[in-house]
Order: sequence, then C-alpha cells, then structure tokens
Amino acid sequence: MSKIYNLKREVEKPPRLTGGHRLCAGCGAGVVVSGVLRALNQEDRAVVVNATSCLEVSTFMYPYTAYMDSFIHSAFENSAATCSGVEAAYNALKRRGKVDGTVKFITFAGDGGTYDIGFQSLSGAMERGHDMVYVCYDNEAYMNTGIQRSSSTPLFARTTTTPVGSAGQGKKQNKKDLTEILVAHNIPYVAQTAPLGNFKDLHTKSHKAIYTEGPCFLNILSPCPRGWDYPMAQLAQITKLAVDTCVWPLYEVEEGIWRLSYIPKKKLPVEEFMRPQGRFRHMFQKGNEWMIEEVQKQVDQRWESLLEKTGA
Amino acid sequence: MINAQDINEKTPWQDLTPGGEIYEAGTARAFNTGVWRTNTPVFHAQACKHCMLCVPFCPDSAIPVKDGKRLDFNYMHCKGCGICENVCPFPAITMVTGGVPHD
Ligand SMILES: Cc1ncc(C[n+]2csc(CCOP(=O)(O)OP(=O)(O)O)c2C)c(N)n1
Ligand code: SF4
Ligand code: SF4
Ligand code: SF4
Ligand SMILES: [Mg+2]
Repeated sequence: MSKIYNLKREVEKPPRLTGGHRLCAGCGAGVVVSGVLRALNQEDRAVVVNATSCLEVSTFMYPYTAYMDSFIHSAFENSAATCSGVEAAYNALKRRGKVDGTVKFITFAGDGGTYDIGFQSLSGAMERGHDMVYVCYDNEAYMNTGIQRSSSTPLFARTTTTPVGSAGQGKKQNKKDLTEILVAHNIPYVAQTAPLGNFKDLHTKSHKAIYTEGPCFLNILSPCPRGWDYPMAQLAQITKLAVDTCVWPLYEVEEGIWRLSYIPKKKLPVEEFMRPQGRFRHMFQKGNEWMIEEVQKQVDQRWESLLEKTGA
Repeated sequence: MINAQDINEKTPWQDLTPGGEIYEAGTARAFNTGVWRTNTPVFHAQACKHCMLCVPFCPDSAIPVKDGKRLDFNYMHCKGCGICENVCPFPAITMVTGGVPHD
C-alpha cells in the first residue's frame, strides 16, 4: 500500500467479507469486520479466527462462509490462544519451506469474548509476542444471547441483566478500560477506532496493526441497533456522536508513544450521544439528571487524562 | 468432495465434508438475505458522484464497485437498513417502503 489513503482505490478491492451473512440489518459488526479486512494487501492471505459471538454465528454457518480467507471458529474463551497456535504452526511450516506467500493472522471477538471471558487467553497471546492482530468489535454487551451486561457495558446502560425498574436503574458499575490494559502489555501497537466518514482512521489503524510485526490490538466501536435501541439507519451518526462527545476517543499507542487521532472541533455534551439510544432512555427522566452529570464528569476526566498522556 | 451448493437439509451425514469443514471461499454469497428487506434503497445513477462514501458503510457488502464506478445495489444481499441513504451526501439514494422483489 502506498502511504496515502485513498477510499476509491480501497473500495475497488473485492470485499473479503461477502454478503449473504446473517447479521441483523444495520449491524455495526459487518461494517467493522469488512473494514478491517479491506486493509489487507490484496495479494496477501489471512487466517481469521473468531470467538463465539453474533459475528461468528452469522458469518460461518455450515455450509456457508462469508469469508474469502481461511476461517477457524474457536470457543468463546480462547480465540487468542487458537490464533497464536495457528501462527506458531505457520512459522514452523515456513521454516521448512512448506508454505509460500504472506499470511496474516487476525482474531475477531466481541466485548464479552474479550473484556471478560477470553481475557486471559488474549493477555497470554499478547505477552508471548505472536505476530497477530486481535480485534475486539465492541458493542458493549453480550448481544448474541440477548443483550446481557458485560464489563464493557457503560455505566447506567439498560441491558436484560441490568434492567430499569423500581429495583434498579441500569448497570451500576463502570466500563472497564480494556484499551489501556492492552497498552500496559507493552506490545508494539494498540489503537482505538470506529467506523467513521471516509474510513481513513479505521483503515490506517487496521493496516498498521496487520503489518506491524508482533502482537497488535484494535478496539473498535461497533454499534448494535438491537441492543442499543436506536434506528438502524443511524449507524454513521451514532459513531460520530460517540467520538464528538469523547465517549469513545480515537487514539493509538505505537512503541509506547501515545497519539491522539482526533480532537473534536466542538466537544459535545454526552447526552447528544445518549439521547438517540433506548438503553439510556431512563436517564432522561425527571429526577435522573444526576446520572447524566455523573457520566459527563467521568468522560471529562478520562478525556483530560488522555490529553495529558498524548501531550495534545 | 461435495460442494456447498449441493448441501441441504436432506443431505445424508455420510456425504457431508469431514469435520463440517468448508473448502470453498465466500459460499455465503449464494444465500439470499434480500428477502429480509422491509424497506428498499433505490439508486439514482445520474445523481451519483462516485464519492464511494456509502460503500464501506454497507454491513452487507451490497454496493458493488467496478472501474471507479459505484454500480447498482446487489438486491440479493441488501437488507434495507438505510445506512447508505444516510451517509450519501447527494440525492443518489432514496429508501422506498416495502421489500421490492429481489433478483
Ligand atoms: C463458555 C461459553 N459461555 C457462554 C456461551 C454462550 N454465548 C454465545 S455468544 C455469547 C455472547 C457473546 O457476546 P460478545 O462476545 O460480546 O459478542 P456479541 O454477540 O455481543 O457480538 C454467549 C454468552 C458460549 N458460547 N460459551
Ligand atoms: S444483535 Fe446486534 S450485534 Fe448481534 S447481529 Fe444483531 S445488530 Fe449485530
Ligand atoms: S440499505 Fe443497508 S444493506 Fe442495503 S445497500 Fe444500503 S447499507 Fe447496504
Ligand atoms: S455516497 Fe452517494 S454519491 Fe457517493 S458513491 Fe454512494 S450513492 Fe454515489
Ligand atoms: Mg458484545
């Protein structure tokens, strides 16, 4: 790839995630995964590993695969370990001259499969230094089994296990900052991105993660119209609001150097992101103003600390 | 080896691929998800500036591109979500009610 991003050139490549998969209409995961795979150089091959999730059950349903590359389904808790094993096997074959060409190794898993249940396997694979990319498509709950809360679900969000009623007002705990936990692994490349505008941010970060030698991690915001309860046509608007409110900042950490990718011209109040989504609806009821104030306070604190780390 | 297109609910298990493996790429393309549509995007080619902003936003890879030109929708895969209409900066896509017959 030449260094300058060109959307027209990129979309000319045949898609590596095909249509005919069974993700819901408007699902962010299809956009995220096809966006990451588009960053592969056309002549290279990939092995895609996928933890059980909405993505897995929808894109690989015997005898239908939506991938143009090799694909392996692993259990919920060990997609990073599976990917690292395939990478190690490839290296052994390559040493003996039994495979040619470039093969890249990419794992996709949801937030449940990453922040919670696959966390030990992810941490281990990153520490062992395999040449692979782990992509978390973060839709902030266990969507495939019916919208249960995960450690990625944001504070106060309604899920089926953190319902809204007389006994509770959504999730009581904070969202875990997984991206920063991966930064603490001291691996070559960690980035946070989202599907936005002309896809320059998602594409360049994916390309860097795929072609940087060693373990790399991407955390990608992946709106779920069912679980977040917003009109499915609004995907681009929702991700834009997530970054313009600094709820989901775009940044990267390359060889220990923190870099902010985007500073909103006008930082919007968090309610702009939250209002269109049913999962936050109770926060807009009379008497619940404190909830929005609390979220705003936390988002401001995290943004300030990110500005400091990135020296922006 | 049996091909995906020849496998269906009536295929005896002895004829299936060992381990449930799939040896062909992109077999999902043969599956029609266009029947899911309750609304349908319509492409107005004369208003399209081929900016390509709609293409990466389609979750179903249903907007084909060839030789720098954005072509008409692939109605076999389009699920009618309306994301493309929302990101198009020009009047080149409109949503109509109903799942217009697919090809
Ligand atoms: C060990 C184990 N526990 C539970 C399940 C059931 N299960 C399948 S998918 C899923 C939810 C996945 O959530 P996430 O990783 O966030 O992906 P999403 O479906 O939200 O995209 C669960 C709980 C399982 N497959 N394996
Ligand atoms: S439930 Fe959400 S994440 Fe799962 S396929 Fe549907 S839209 Fe996508
Ligand atoms: S309506 Fe949705 S699925 Fe159909 S082409 Fe537009 S973005 Fe793709
Ligand atoms: S966004 Fe609109 S103008 Fe641009 S390529 Fe798509 S249909 Fe054409
Ligand atoms: Mg999830």
